Amino acid sequence: MILQDVLTATIFAATPLLLAALGGLLSERGGVVNIALEGIMLFGAFAAAAVTLWTGSPLLGIIAGVLTGALVGALHGTACIYLRADHVISGIAVNMFAASGTILLLKVVYGTKGSSPQLGSLKLLGVPLTVHLAVVALAAVPLVWFLLYRTRFGLRLRACGEYPEAADAVGINVHGYRLAGVVLSGVLAGLAGVFLVMTAGSFAKHMSAGRGYIALAALVFGRWRPVAVAIGCLVFALGRGVQDVLELEIGIPPQLSEMMPYLLTLLVLAVWPLIRRGRSAEPPAALGRPFVRG
Amino acid sequence: MSGPAIELEGITKRYPGVIANDHVDLAARVGEIHALVGENGAGKTTLMRVLGGLTPPDEGTIRVRGREVSFASAADAAAAGIGMVHQHFTLVPVFTVLENVVLGDEPGFIGGLDGVRDRVVELAGTLGFSIDPDRIVETLTVGERQKVEILRTLLRGARILVLDEPTAVLTPQESRDLFKLLRRLVKEGRTVLFISHRLAEVLAASDRITVMRGGRSVTTIAAAGATEGDLARLMVGREVLLPSAVRGGSEPGEPVLDVSGARALSDRGVPALSGVDLTVRAGEVLGIGGVMGNGQTELMESIAGLRPLTAGAIVLEGADLLGWDAAARIRAGISFVPEDRLDRGLVATMSVEENLALGLMDDERLFRGPFMRMCALRQRADATLKRMDTRPSDPGLLVSTFSGGNQQKVLLGRAFDSGARLILLMEPSRGLDVGAMEIVFEQVRSATARGVGVLLVSSDLTELMSLSDRILVIRRGRIAGEVHPGETTEEELGLMMAGGGA
Repeated sequence: MILQDVLTATIFAATPLLLAALGGLLSERGGVVNIALEGIMLFGAFAAAAVTLWTGSPLLGIIAGVLTGALVGALHGTACIYLRADHVISGIAVNMFAASGTILLLKVVYGTKGSSPQLGSLKLLGVPLTVHLAVVALAAVPLVWFLLYRTRFGLRLRACGEYPEAADAVGINVHGYRLAGVVLSGVLAGLAGVFLVMTAGSFAKHMSAGRGYIALAALVFGRWRPVAVAIGCLVFALGRGVQDVLELEIGIPPQLSEMMPYLLTLLVLAVWPLIRRGRSAEPPAALGRPFVRG
Repeated sequence: MSGPAIELEGITKRYPGVIANDHVDLAARVGEIHALVGENGAGKTTLMRVLGGLTPPDEGTIRVRGREVSFASAADAAAAGIGMVHQHFTLVPVFTVLENVVLGDEPGFIGGLDGVRDRVVELAGTLGFSIDPDRIVETLTVGERQKVEILRTLLRGARILVLDEPTAVLTPQESRDLFKLLRRLVKEGRTVLFISHRLAEVLAASDRITVMRGGRSVTTIAAAGATEGDLARLMVGREVLLPSAVRGGSEPGEPVLDVSGARALSDRGVPALSGVDLTVRAGEVLGIGGVMGNGQTELMESIAGLRPLTAGAIVLEGADLLGWDAAARIRAGISFVPEDRLDRGLVATMSVEENLALGLMDDERLFRGPFMRMCALRQRADATLKRMDTRPSDPGLLVSTFSGGNQQKVLLGRAFDSGARLILLMEPSRGLDVGAMEIVFEQVRSATARGVGVLLVSSDLTELMSLSDRILVIRRGRIAGEVHPGETTEEELGLMMAGGGA
């Protein structure tokens, strides 16, 4: 009984992490550091909530969340790739902008500072949308793997992240591919935000709650490989599953149990390198390095 | 047979403050190997980049088989049948051979590499070598990587092959293989254009030679009948003293460096040195020959204090260096010239002066307590640049504004001026032209005359033979034998390196 609860809670906790981490993977394998996942999730979540409330259609809300994610991704990508901004600084800027920007929007659109109105029924074909999205997130793991390792796009994207000079020498548009990677990353992170809204039933400020950063941690843990990253997400999500059980069924104070996911993330990141000693993480060789034609 | 394959006319390329190419003319015929020689900074690389579509020229015309073309990108040049093999290979290290070959020209959106796999193996076969298309490029030798590059350009239909210093990183055997391969290609009606600093190989391997000097094309001559002296004179514009065969027998003095039983691990954690013993005496140049990756780098880094020994001892003038860090070893009189000048040698985004100061932190003529003595530093830097004859010669300029050869001169100048007792030289003349090599050789001689010990690692056998008093051959982390330059040939040495003789 408890085991089943933990499992269900883990899958749902893993969904936004999976989407965001796979998004980050596409961005970073192309060479662009994407610390902006957190902010992209928030913007995507707000857009999904607002459009669902406005049109009454959760499907349009999902589309809006995804498009907003793509747009914010494109913004971060443009800053990093074409304007050669520092990737980390640009990402932090996006995150801070998202945190305060969505609060401002809440105030302007709904006159509240905490959360949007409730969205109403969020079902498709009689099944909660969150279930659909959880399936999408799980399916995204093999899909992203296939995209990276079995398609022309993936080959070129990885070349841009490993050795952009080589990609350029064979006539690949390095900037274009990198931007495509970041935009795809925005799509997935936006979808992660949509999932949060569909779970909560409304938009609440700061609702991403550090998941973008945990997704990044999973990315490092999984050494930028889709399947390993997914395993990382599940491990970190387990913390959330355990949290729910601790809180609801054992009665540990929420102040303590809420630390679980973060504590587990920290613990795993600290201990993992000791377990697999000698083999360091292998980020894409040109990660964070702007490409300038010599 | 001998129609023009490619003609460049009046190619001009200006950069702020410099004219890299000043109305350069060059014509290579179908079926010939055409060499391009010139000093560092003569504009060879710029010309190659223009040819490869990487740098658009400001003026001038390019004709391929008589038809005028203009290249906006590398892809345009490739479409016109020009294949580039760059000095720094443009292969993605973590990709397989096959992935690298198809990159940028994939057969379809998804998979379908098997057809290409067969073509790669088949083409390699007709060119006289074999290659496993599923090997990761990182695990290939430099020579193999180069063949992959050549294969790739040929599979894309290149009729004109352009190679930038193709032999700079090859062993003599590999170079010979390469030129055999190139000869086969031109016999099939292709054209090969290559840059090289090694005049002997240029004369041996090419049909015609175009000489560049100061951004202009000086002349084009037939290789048959020309001598190294002729080429050097055309390149430099004056008589040049070519490095002579064997240096005069100087009297080696007391041991400066003693390495005994040295063992160390490579970056990947596998044994790279398996018990090395050697002694460098004062006033002696001890050469280390070997195929790259046989422990040379680890040996030099261990002595410089950049890599711990797992066993054995390093003794400098009687003092055991166990536990001394790199800074302490510099203070003790060790100066290290690493193989990759920008990786471990110089900070490209700092000025020459600052780079000199970085390498000479304990020189109290340059520092007063924590403060830099700017005037003294400027004078010192001026003197160093003048002695090394760098261009430009302003020590306030950033290192990144210097060409590769001139950066190398800065790095060498710092080592020779440091007052060190032991100089560790790795590939000192890689990428240097004859004029610069003359200076380097001169500096090594004057250092040994002062009683400095020099440990030299070089993959250029000519350099190794000309500079060294003795040569130790290193193979798989062990000293495989010792030879004296006067009593051996490059052939013999090459065989020993490969594991044949001795």
